[in-house]
Amino acid sequence: MAASSRAQVLDLYRTMLRESKRFSAYNYRTYAVRRIRDAFRENKNVKDPVEIQTLVNKAKRDLGIIRRQVHIGQLYSTDKLIIENRDMPRT
Amino acid sequence: MLLRAAWRRAAVAVTAATGPKAAAPTRGLRLRVRDRAPQSAVPADTAAAPETGPVLRPLYMDVQATTPLDPRVLDAMLPYLVNYYGNPHSRTHAYGWESEAAMERARQQVASLIGADPREIVFTSGATESNNIAIKELEAAIQPDTSLVSVMTVNNEIGVKQPIAEIGRICSSRKVYFHTDAAQAVGKIPLDVNDMKIDLMSISGHKIYGPKGVGAVYIRRRPRVRVEALQSGGGQERGMRSGTVPTPLVVGLGAACEVAQQEMEYDHKRISKLAERLIQNIMKSLPDVVMNGDPEHHYPGCINLSFAYVEGESLLMALKDVALSSGSACTSASLEPSYVLRAIGTDEDLAHSSIRFGIGRFTTEEEVDYTVEKCIQHVKRLREMSPLWEMVQDGIDLKSIKWTQH
Repeated sequence: MAASSRAQVLDLYRTMLRESKRFSAYNYRTYAVRRIRDAFRENKNVKDPVEIQTLVNKAKRDLGIIRRQVHIGQLYSTDKLIIENRDMPRT
Repeated sequence: MLLRAAWRRAAVAVTAATGPKAAAPTRGLRLRVRDRAPQSAVPADTAAAPETGPVLRPLYMDVQATTPLDPRVLDAMLPYLVNYYGNPHSRTHAYGWESEAAMERARQQVASLIGADPREIVFTSGATESNNIAIKELEAAIQPDTSLVSVMTVNNEIGVKQPIAEIGRICSSRKVYFHTDAAQAVGKIPLDVNDMKIDLMSISGHKIYGPKGVGAVYIRRRPRVRVEALQSGGGQERGMRSGTVPTPLVVGLGAACEVAQQEMEYDHKRISKLAERLIQNIMKSLPDVVMNGDPEHHYPGCINLSFAYVEGESLLMALKDVALSSGSACTSASLEPSYVLRAIGTDEDLAHSSIRFGIGRFTTEEEVDYTVEKCIQHVKRLREMSPLWEMVQDGIDLKSIKWTQH
C-alpha cells in the first residue's frame, strides 16, 4: 500500500474529530477532541514515511476504539453536567 | 455523615417528583432539577406536578477518591467480559490459553510502567491488599536486624511527593526493606523501582483510570524479597496470592498502565497548567487561603486549600454542583479533621476548613473555571455570615481571645 498522503491524514483527522464529538459524556468528548487536535498538531512535521505510517495505523486503531466507545456511551447515557448548558459546545 | 444523609433525602425527594423517563434507566443520583417546558414523548400518567426538566450532574473534581475509566481501558476489557471468558489457569483449552495470554500481556504492561520485570508483579484486588501483603512480610521475616520502611509516594490528601529515591538509597545501604504505596503516583510521575531502590510497591487500578477491584504488588526478585501470602488456596500468582486472577480486570489494569505511560508527559503538563490556574484565580480573589503541603515537592493534580473562617463541610455542601472532598475518602465517615493536616502542623481551625480539589486527565478548563467561580462566591457568602470573620475584619486578633471554658 502506498504511504499515507497528506489528504488521507487530513481525512483521518476530520473523521476522528467528527466521531469524537458524538461522545455523550462531556469529559470523554472534550478529552478526545482535545487530544486528537494536540496529537496531530504535535506530529505535523514528521517526514519519515515509515513513522508516518505507524502513526496513521495507531490513529486508525484509536478511531475504532472511539467508534465503539461512543456507541456504548450512548447506550448508557445519563444526565448532562451542570456546565453543559452554560457554554457553547467546544473543548 | 450529615452531608450524605441530607443529600440522600434531597435526592429521594427529587426522584419522586420527576415522572417516568422514556430513555434507558438512569441509576445516577440526581442532584438538581431544572424546571423546563415538558417533554412531549412521555405521557404524564403519574398525578405529579408539571414535568420537570433535565436533571444536571455535578462536575467531578475528586480524582484522588477514584477516577473514571479511560475509554481505551474499557475497550480493552470488554472482549474478556463478552467472549473471551476463560479461566487463565485452565491449561487444557484455547479459552484458558487466550485468557492467560491476556493476563501475561497485562503483567508486562504494569511492569513496563515502573521499570520492573513481569515476574515481579503479583495481581491483587487493589492497593489495600497489596499494602497488607507487603507489610505482612515484616511479620514473616522478623529478626532483630530486619525492618521495613513504608512510605506513600504521593499523598492522597495534600499531594506531597516524598523523596523516594533518597529514601530508597538510605534503605538499601542499611539493608532495610523499602515499600511504597504508589497508588496516587503510578502513571502520573515517572517511577523506576531500580533507580529508586524500591523493594515493594502497591499499585491501584482505579486511581489511574482503570477498573475498581484490581491492583498489583511489585515484589523485588533481585535481591529476593520474601513475602507471605495473605490468602491461601490454589497457589496462583506464584503462591503469593491464591484465587483466580480476574482477567477482565487485570487487562483493564494493564491497559490503564500502558495508556498512562504514553500519556504521562501530556497529562502532567496540562494538569500543571490547570492547577496553576485554579490556585492563582482563587488566591487573587480571596484573602486568607492557605495551600497545604510543600509547594515544591507537590503533585499538581491534588490541591488542598484551607479557607480561613469557613467551615469545610459547609463549603462542601454549598458547592453542591461540584464533587469535592475535604480529605481522604477512606476516613471521610468520621468528623475528625485530617490526620495528615494535623501531622504537618496545620492549625486546628484551618484543618477544619480544608477542601481537596482533584484535577485529572479528563478535567477541562471550563470545569476549573466554574469550580473557582463557585468557590469564590460561596466562601465570600459564608464569610459574610461568620462572626469570626467579622471580628477579624474589625482588627481583633483571634488568638488573643479567651474563650470561656464550659
